[in-house]
Amino acid sequence: MYGGGYIPGQENEKPDQFQDDPVKLKEFEERIDRGEKIEPHDWMPRGYRKQLIRMIEQHAHSEIIGALPEGTWITRAPGFRRKMALIAKVQDEVGHGQLLYNAAETLGKSREEMMADLLSGKSKYSNVFNYPAKTWADVAVIGFLIDAAAIVNQVANSKGSYGPYCRALERICYEESFHLKQGHDAFVALATGTKKQRAMLQDAVNRWYRPIIHFFGPPDVASVHTEKLMRWKVKMMSNDAMRNQFLSSYVPKVRELGIDFPDPNLRKNADGTWSFSDPDWDEFKRVVRGDGPCNKERLAVRKWVETEHRWIREALFNPSAKYTLPLS
Amino acid sequence: MNKEAAKELMLKMADDALIYGHRLSEWTGIGPILEEDIAFSSISQDKVGHAWQLYQLLEQDFGMPDPDRLGFERKESEYKCSQLNELYTRDYAFALIRHFFMDHAEFIRYSLLRASSYESLAQLAKKVRGEIKYHVLHADTWVKKLGAATEESHSRMQAALNEAFPYALGLFEPGPFEQELIDSGVFIGEGQLQAEWLDEIRPIIEESGLQLTSNTEAITGGRSGNHSSDLAPLLEEMSEVICSEPGASW
Repeated sequence: MYGGGYIPGQENEKPDQFQDDPVKLKEFEERIDRGEKIEPHDWMPRGYRKQLIRMIEQHAHSEIIGALPEGTWITRAPGFRRKMALIAKVQDEVGHGQLLYNAAETLGKSREEMMADLLSGKSKYSNVFNYPAKTWADVAVIGFLIDAAAIVNQVANSKGSYGPYCRALERICYEESFHLKQGHDAFVALATGTKKQRAMLQDAVNRWYRPIIHFFGPPDVASVHTEKLMRWKVKMMSNDAMRNQFLSSYVPKVRELGIDFPDPNLRKNADGTWSFSDPDWDEFKRVVRGDGPCNKERLAVRKWVETEHRWIREALFNPSAKYTLPLS
Repeated sequence: MNKEAAKELMLKMADDALIYGHRLSEWTGIGPILEEDIAFSSISQDKVGHAWQLYQLLEQDFGMPDPDRLGFERKESEYKCSQLNELYTRDYAFALIRHFFMDHAEFIRYSLLRASSYESLAQLAKKVRGEIKYHVLHADTWVKKLGAATEESHSRMQAALNEAFPYALGLFEPGPFEQELIDSGVFIGEGQLQAEWLDEIRPIIEESGLQLTSNTEAITGGRSGNHSSDLAPLLEEMSEVICSEPGASW
């Protein structure tokens, strides 16, 4: 799953003084306008390549970091159905990471470089995974609502202009629709369960409400940067448009189960947009900067993976290794 | 068919598959490389699925409680898994060596069970064996690769093998109904299984540049419900949610 269309860092970037070849740029933009896909060996503007690498890389990181909060519940999943479904679900997320790192590599940045930038904090991942999954009900909320939100973003982006990313997203969306079903199923089981289970679910919804509102990023601002990304079909929908679409689809589904969101101002306006209380965008920015409840813990786990298993990667890269069979 | 004997056999197989699958699933999200993360997750789902099918047979054919209660809600001493599978995972080398020992044993066990006089189990064995074939392929590839790649990988794999081997021999600890199982044609027996297993793994270990320790005594107890200190915390974690609200549906 992925944390929305917000790409941290882009608003603070200094304007790039580099000038693309105007003739090639015109041809490129005409191809985009005709709805053609751009492939790895095609000419592309420097800013296009840079933003795509950043976006796909952050998407990939979000998949493997996103595996952590749910992954911790695999060993506690209640019963065979939930246990097997959750292993399969988290496995899919890691698989999405693999697909996306491959897609980003087509633009010239290696998986090792991307991993190093994740560990150093240089490249980010979706903010939503910096919050803890405290109870089993959190697994249901993540599987239902966070995956649903991710689908809104990913379906939009799968119509974008970069071929390898679109193809990866098409497959990812197909799998995510199963995740949504398993999340909804677990959500319904709790919502229709005992008093204790319902209370557990409401508590989880209360804690995830704000991160869900934050999920698609800050409200839209008129930005030349965003306009260009939308023109190049890197970004396909604005943050507010995605948020509105998500809320319109899922707030009623939650409410019909007798569960509500902890915000008296959450309502749909006559024009189809949604109003909600100030979700504290300063907190959002703090968490993006690294000061959220789980930022350190998440990176510490990935650092453990890197150091604990260095010997395996060295063994795989050892040129004198006796066996050279493919691993799969 | 001796029902008590068949039940005993099925229960230890189911418990092995569940506890082993549970240990494998601990790698989901934190595997050494993404491809291995995915492979271990996939194998663990198969194992948990095998356990589920065996518990379902125990419910249908022997009137035992439903799979969730059998798998998640028994007392520690009622589990019949071997100690090999319950041991906490020391490192990835240990995980791979356990995978290698366990899946070779499972492959042969299910191959032999295709001829079982207990028809439901024979049918299940045919299906499960086809899945384990790939688990064995995965284990062999990695043991061969890491056994001989670097000095560190070799020494880690050898250390893991030395530690796990006595426990692996405990996989073949005879149950109380060994002779009945053989006589009734339900299963050929743990002794035969162990002999075939040793014949199968020896050349692969040799090819990997590793060595099996000689005169090793099996560490047993699991089949009679005597477990290492690693099982209780595993069961406590596994049943944490399901036991938090008795009778609830999850």
